[in-house]
Amino acid sequence: MIKAEKLTRKFGDFTAVDHISFEVGAGEIFGFLGANGAGKTTAMRMLTGLLVPTEGEATVAGYDVYEQPEQIKKRIGYMSQKFSLYEDLTVRENIRLYGGIYDLGDQQIKQKSDELVNMLGMKELQNKMIGSLPLGWKQKLAFSVALLHEPDIVFLDEPTGGVDPITRRQFWEQIYKVAEEGTTVFVTTHYMDEAEYCDRVSIMVDGNIDALDTPAGLKEQFDADDIEEVFIRLARGAERGE
Amino acid sequence: MRTIRFLLQKEFLQIFRNKGMLPIIFLMPVVQLVLLSFAATYEIREVNFHLIDFDQSEASQQLVQKFQATGYFNLQSSSFNVDDGIEKMRSNDVRLALVIPQDFEQRLKLGQFASVQLNIDAVDGTTAGLIQGYGRSIIQDFSSRIRPNVENIKLTNQQGIEVIPASWYNPNLDYIQYMVPGILVVLISMIGMFLSGMNIVREREIGTIEQLNVTPIKRYQFIIGKLLPFWIIALFELGIGLLIAYYGFGVPFVGSAWLLFGIAGIFLLVVQGLGLFISTITDTQQQAMFIAWFLMVVFILMGGLFTPIQSMPVWAQELTIFNPIAHFIEIMRSVMLKGAGWFEVQHLVGLLTVMAVLILPASIFRYRKSTS
Repeated sequence: MIKAEKLTRKFGDFTAVDHISFEVGAGEIFGFLGANGAGKTTAMRMLTGLLVPTEGEATVAGYDVYEQPEQIKKRIGYMSQKFSLYEDLTVRENIRLYGGIYDLGDQQIKQKSDELVNMLGMKELQNKMIGSLPLGWKQKLAFSVALLHEPDIVFLDEPTGGVDPITRRQFWEQIYKVAEEGTTVFVTTHYMDEAEYCDRVSIMVDGNIDALDTPAGLKEQFDADDIEEVFIRLARGAERGE
Repeated sequence: MRTIRFLLQKEFLQIFRNKGMLPIIFLMPVVQLVLLSFAATYEIREVNFHLIDFDQSEASQQLVQKFQATGYFNLQSSSFNVDDGIEKMRSNDVRLALVIPQDFEQRLKLGQFASVQLNIDAVDGTTAGLIQGYGRSIIQDFSSRIRPNVENIKLTNQQGIEVIPASWYNPNLDYIQYMVPGILVVLISMIGMFLSGMNIVREREIGTIEQLNVTPIKRYQFIIGKLLPFWIIALFELGIGLLIAYYGFGVPFVGSAWLLFGIAGIFLLVVQGLGLFISTITDTQQQAMFIAWFLMVVFILMGGLFTPIQSMPVWAQELTIFNPIAHFIEIMRSVMLKGAGWFEVQHLVGLLTVMAVLILPASIFRYRKSTS
């Protein structure tokens, strides 16, 4: 589903992402780990067509990131690190807007909206401005909106940043559910326990992918008890701090 | 087309929900026009004057009575020394010293030209111009054989006497008629240039634009979604402004409204294009606001709103060809006040069209969904 080959992004002299190569298969939950500033978001922005790579090759859903970014955009969902739905629109209005942009029919939009507010338990809140909702609810909604057009791949940039453990758990249940339905999930996170939920995990350090395997494989390879230990061992060598 | 519908719906919802902006958007034309009418009252009332009547004749008394009867002038004091009058002017007791020479009546009776001297306090040049204008018309009305001899006196200036060549006199309201079209141009330019451009930068600032940029939305759809709402609002405002001007201030509208609104539509594309262009080269609303204001002030000052373009240096006059506001002010004035038709304004409309055709695609081209 995703194929990156020596993908690189430089900002002036600074190489944010340095020749990374990896593949993500269909229906896989791919964890993208790394310390702050390791280059996770930059890599993700290149794959979603928000940022043009400096060097290297990448295809997403079979389309080239240089040549066919608009084709890619039809087939991906994206949830950014920073909440980016419209706070001055209601829950339903946000869903309608993005449904319209992704070219769903009027009937479909209505049906999806009903489905979503029911599933998220937001029935009472559906006509409230999003700005008035707690962060956890906003994040769940942003996730659902990213999936509105049933994309092949969904990119989640720190989806659980700043939300409580219960909401986090619900989030991962959602992620499992969409993965079972066949959607590829590409997720960055800071929480090491979340890494254990992924099918495969890559750990980025200073713009490079230093490790990539299943969680079990990584623990074996580094002779560690959990992913946190693997991560700390790798990240300790990092030059870039916070 | 369908996508644009959803974008427009979103923009209008947001505009009408913005409690900080909405009242200003719709009160702006009212406030600007009403304030203008108060600020620009070029009417004078009860100007105190000092009389130096050397003639002491029936004719001179009649003239003085006529001055007072108009209600514009009020006889404050009199003496037989011109210096007294100047002294009173210095202490701000009077603004005019009227001198009638000894042979005033005699000359009039003999059918010769008589002269009357108006010494005017010209520290405030505009008021001095008005006093002169009013005084002249009163004297001319009294007898066409009197030559008013005007002396504008600037008391702050040590050189003593300075004559301001005032070639116009203009009882009150003409100024408003002249200003209203220009003020309306400024009004819709502000909406066009500021609101649509700023709106895009705002989305960039709060990050919502990123969510749009990962969708398959087309650039032209996004741009139309941003420009069209404010295009409609600006034309609506122009309509309100014209109604206020016509019914509230009696500013005539002799030309074709269709023509005017058609041209306004083109003009708005130019200023919105500029606003859009500014939004593509800035990252924050602060930067965008600053640049937009800079351009706006230059356009207004060089656009003939307050001062006629003809009185600027030649190089500056030539630069106005790049100033859309100057063209539209001229079009508004000719269409509204003089009833100019398509034939009279087509060259200016041509210039505006060229600007729209250049700036709009340039800004759409510069707008990027992805960062390179």
